[in-house]
Amino acid sequence: MADVKQTKVDLNNLKAGGFIKERGKDLFTVRLRVPGGRMSVPRLKKIAEVAEKFGGEFVHLSVRQSIELININFKDFDAVVEELGEATQKVASCGARVRVPVACGGCEYNPNGLVDTQKSALEVDEKLFGTPTGHHKFKVAFAGCPFDCPKSATNDIGFQGAIYPTLDTDACIGCGLCAKSCVPGAIVMGDDNRPIFSDAPCIWCGDCVKVCPTGAWSEAKRGYTVRIGGKWGRNPLVGTLFATFLPEERVAEFIATVLEWYKEKAEGFGRVRLGDTIIREGAQALLDHLQGRFPGYTVTATIAPQVIATQVGSSR
Amino acid sequence: MQVIDLRGVSCPTNFVKAKLALEELDNGTVARILLDDGEPVKNVPRSLKADGHRLIGLKQVDEGHYVLELEKIDA
Repeated sequence: MADVKQTKVDLNNLKAGGFIKERGKDLFTVRLRVPGGRMSVPRLKKIAEVAEKFGGEFVHLSVRQSIELININFKDFDAVVEELGEATQKVASCGARVRVPVACGGCEYNPNGLVDTQKSALEVDEKLFGTPTGHHKFKVAFAGCPFDCPKSATNDIGFQGAIYPTLDTDACIGCGLCAKSCVPGAIVMGDDNRPIFSDAPCIWCGDCVKVCPTGAWSEAKRGYTVRIGGKWGRNPLVGTLFATFLPEERVAEFIATVLEWYKEKAEGFGRVRLGDTIIREGAQALLDHLQGRFPGYTVTATIAPQVIATQVGSSR
Repeated sequence: MQVIDLRGVSCPTNFVKAKLALEELDNGTVARILLDDGEPVKNVPRSLKADGHRLIGLKQVDEGHYVLELEKIDA
């Protein structure tokens, strides 16, 4: 009689996903949870150790800032989880759940950053990671400024750091650096050699505040510009504006409120993303849902997520 | 007046050259930094401000480049 050894796998480890089947027999990719892409050096060392012991010859850096261990045998799942756990490294998610948020470096060392995107990503990861949506995946991204390296509007909810500038005319020395720095052309120098600000072209990047030698330009408001309903993939959509200057401390609550609406409105429509749900229900329906809870931050009117014509596959 | 000519030097070399040139100056010295239009004039003044120097003024001259006047401040 053959000595059959029963393989043991703790199925609780698989609940949030993050173990993704590969081509080969028994082999899986293990996607690691790296909110905001920040990886401490000791954790990185531990991951390298685990990859060397259980994985293939390389790891893969995913497009959403995760490190993925490649060629992990499913029989080693428990050992991989346990050894990673020694460095508090957790496994990420896949499927119809809230995914690990991505973020740029934020404002601690990046001179363009206006808000602490790293803090937001960690908070949202802690509070909402792995939440089942009941319908489809749910992606969140944080950009520290309107230059938006993380491409926030291609996410189900995208946050973009912003500040609204204000001018103290008495402190202005008329040097013109602000007008020179203002790429969108919201600031021009007047005949009296003082800056003239127009609201409409301003994208709230704060370059005027950063360059101003005397502090005459300062921030009147700070927070996130919030776009909802974006996605990429088969039929891309760009998310549209639902809130402005949302305070950093209300981000998790805001996402939870959108999730609540999505869970309810997509019910019965199968595997459908938030953006397509907004298109079906109308943007105003989601805006109404948000306006009561976030007065002063929600916009007065918006449009549905915008279809990107990829010229392949007619939109339904 | 100290003149630091950074025309024809692109980012971030112009900023690093400005830092090296300013190292040579005494605290409180006023210097003129010549910068090209475009990225240099948008980036360099802001970076020098972040290094702690006091920006005094910016003027575009007839030849098309900019003259940034600043006071060197020891951090």
